[in-house]
Amino acid sequence: MNRILAIIWMNLCSVPQRLGSSLVIVIGIAGVVGVLVALLAMSQGFGATLKSTGKTDRALFLSAGVTTELSSVLGADVVPILRELPNVVRDADGKPLASAEIMVITELSRGSGDNQADVNVSLRGVEPAGLKLRPEVTLREGRWFTPGLREIVAGQGAAQQFDGITLGSTLKFRGSEWTVVGIFSADGDAHDSELWTDADTARSAFGRGNSASSVLAQMTAPADIETIKTTVQADPRLRVDAMPEQEYFSNQSKQFTQQIGLLTGVVATIMAIGALFGALNSMYSAVSTRQVEIATLRAIGFGGLPVALSVLAEAMLLALSGGVLGGLIAYVLFNNMTVSTLGSNFTQVAFNFAVTPELMQKGLLWAMAIGLLGGLPPALKAARQPVVEALRGR
Amino acid sequence: MKYFPLLWATLWRKKARTILTLLSLLTAFLLLGLLQAANSLFSGGTQRLSANLLITQARVSFTSPLPMRHLSQIESIPGITAVQWSQFFGGDYKDPKNFFPQFAVDPDRWVQTFAECRLPDEQLAAWKQSRNAVIAGRGLADRFGWKLGEPIPLLSQIWPLKDGSRAWNFELAGIFDDRSEGSCPRMGNMYIRYDYFDEARQYGQGLAGLYVVRIKDPNQAEAIGRQIDALFENSPDETKTQSEKEFSLNFVRQVGNLSLILNSILGAVFFTILMLTGNTMSQAVRERIPELAVLKTLGFTNGMVLGLVVAESLLLCLLGGLAGMGLATLVMQGLAHAPVPFPPLEADLRVWLVAFASMFGVGLLVGLPPALKAMRLSIVDGLSGR
Repeated sequence: MNRILAIIWMNLCSVPQRLGSSLVIVIGIAGVVGVLVALLAMSQGFGATLKSTGKTDRALFLSAGVTTELSSVLGADVVPILRELPNVVRDADGKPLASAEIMVITELSRGSGDNQADVNVSLRGVEPAGLKLRPEVTLREGRWFTPGLREIVAGQGAAQQFDGITLGSTLKFRGSEWTVVGIFSADGDAHDSELWTDADTARSAFGRGNSASSVLAQMTAPADIETIKTTVQADPRLRVDAMPEQEYFSNQSKQFTQQIGLLTGVVATIMAIGALFGALNSMYSAVSTRQVEIATLRAIGFGGLPVALSVLAEAMLLALSGGVLGGLIAYVLFNNMTVSTLGSNFTQVAFNFAVTPELMQKGLLWAMAIGLLGGLPPALKAARQPVVEALRGR
Repeated sequence: MKYFPLLWATLWRKKARTILTLLSLLTAFLLLGLLQAANSLFSGGTQRLSANLLITQARVSFTSPLPMRHLSQIESIPGITAVQWSQFFGGDYKDPKNFFPQFAVDPDRWVQTFAECRLPDEQLAAWKQSRNAVIAGRGLADRFGWKLGEPIPLLSQIWPLKDGSRAWNFELAGIFDDRSEGSCPRMGNMYIRYDYFDEARQYGQGLAGLYVVRIKDPNQAEAIGRQIDALFENSPDETKTQSEKEFSLNFVRQVGNLSLILNSILGAVFFTILMLTGNTMSQAVRERIPELAVLKTLGFTNGMVLGLVVAESLLLCLLGGLAGMGLATLVMQGLAHAPVPFPPLEADLRVWLVAFASMFGVGLLVGLPPALKAMRLSIVDGLSGR
């Protein structure tokens, strides 16, 4: 065992003499791991934003059969029935803690130059109960909107990502001007990318009569939602689906995560194959530079195994440092970077890249795998080399 | 050219190393081809949309339907040859994964506006005959193997019927084609009849959706767009008019700064490939020092030696690069015939230019340093292997 360690150590000490080809392995693998970790951090961050949105003890009601709030319409006859359902918690004044909300899409500008785009942003009309219902939503700047006035409070993500949202600025929707009177924080969840206003103001400005897109209601316990689901499904007048608010938002990250996963898989695999050829190349040339040295070791009695292990250890160690380097570059460049993309509600969702320890681990695993595959064939070649010919330097 | 056999021989001096380097180059250029083609697609380079079409949408968002009363006002503007309205239907065919777009339109206006698409007269007549009749593009029909008369059930995510159900039943009455190769960019779409749709839907009656405007002269696009928007300025139904190309590009840009992501990946790939090929070339030259000295002894000038090494590096990059681009082209052709819909990736002229520039760039960058070393080599030092 000591002999094996000694020979590995001796070999590693000679790595600086082969700096150029060793760097090929390190940088090749750093590239693969960096791209892999950065892309996964994007899908991780998007997923985290949506999964942290909503609570399990709040019920969300949508039209039966729709998957997004955007395409849901609850008629004026349905909304009061939902509000008065027996499991809905009531506040101190005896009013149900339920908010019938309206969601419409507006266009704002994002970016400049070639990347400028008119992007879809959710404008949500909330009832006063909707603010009470969501303790995670807090006012950061300014004040809340006044019912009846065309006033908007913007989420902090929206204020950061889209042009023209500052305290006191005006936005023009459907021929009339809306003033931004406040900025709110929803604790980094999907609502941070929205604009909020009073529900009735939004309904009249967007000609929605008395209908709503969704109703959000506070339940005493998560289990109540199951009960209420059965109640609403049994009532043929309603044509309504009920689900835990959190489940609705979690489901929305699936498609994006799958698409990014596919892109990451294809790109990282092709890059990994390229890096693998590079590693093979470097390790074969390392073995051939050390040909005489290796043969000498074999001649004085070292077995094939320690020699093979020393080559493999070199490849793995170089690969590992490449993995660490790539992971660090991805972390420094991308961690916590805020971007926004189209969510499944067809509106923008702002989120932060999240380079988590799990992703780093995944990156290092890829690095080790490339190191192993790239080191093994040259290691075997080194061990099998005929001693006599190798000693002559042929 | 007479030195080609010499170049070829030196390139294959160490077979394993050259093959491995070529394979690395191949993967790098495979990625370059695919990602640059995606880049071209996102920046609109490969879209064949007609320059004669404008889209008029609600200023607030294209998801807000415009009222039908805008129609006559738009039609009154000179330079416009046809106007149609179009409402997105948003139906799922059997499984949401089968996604394809459907729009509710007026058959006669469809024929006038989408003049680049060809629908046989008798199929147009059949479409107008039966209220729940629909037409589909050749690409869409082939994708699901539809024949004329095929029943097509759709579950609309957006529009319930009067009785609240979301299950709509349609029947295929026509399949439209290109007028000339690639002229109709709508072959993956389906069109249903607006009159039937409007009567059957639960709400939204009388709303047109957005307007597709066909103009005589593409150079007038901006002026006519401004004229349309001026008609409805400051009303609740303000409009935004842009060319169809601009409209669809904006769609893609909404996803985010895709070109930044793609270019960052390519940056990482190229840095790696520079290192790798550079290492191969410097090794190749280092091992050959005595041989290079022999060449010089034989009367090869310094400049010729420099040229030989650079040429070898360029040859290596060209071989690997062309193989990679070839593979990328094959992959893209494969994707075009894949059973799942895939955005039409295509290596256009721009992609090939970028690819060739990269091959020559990498070849020169990695070839020059060892070539300069070889040029400065003194014969005596070289022959003694110092």
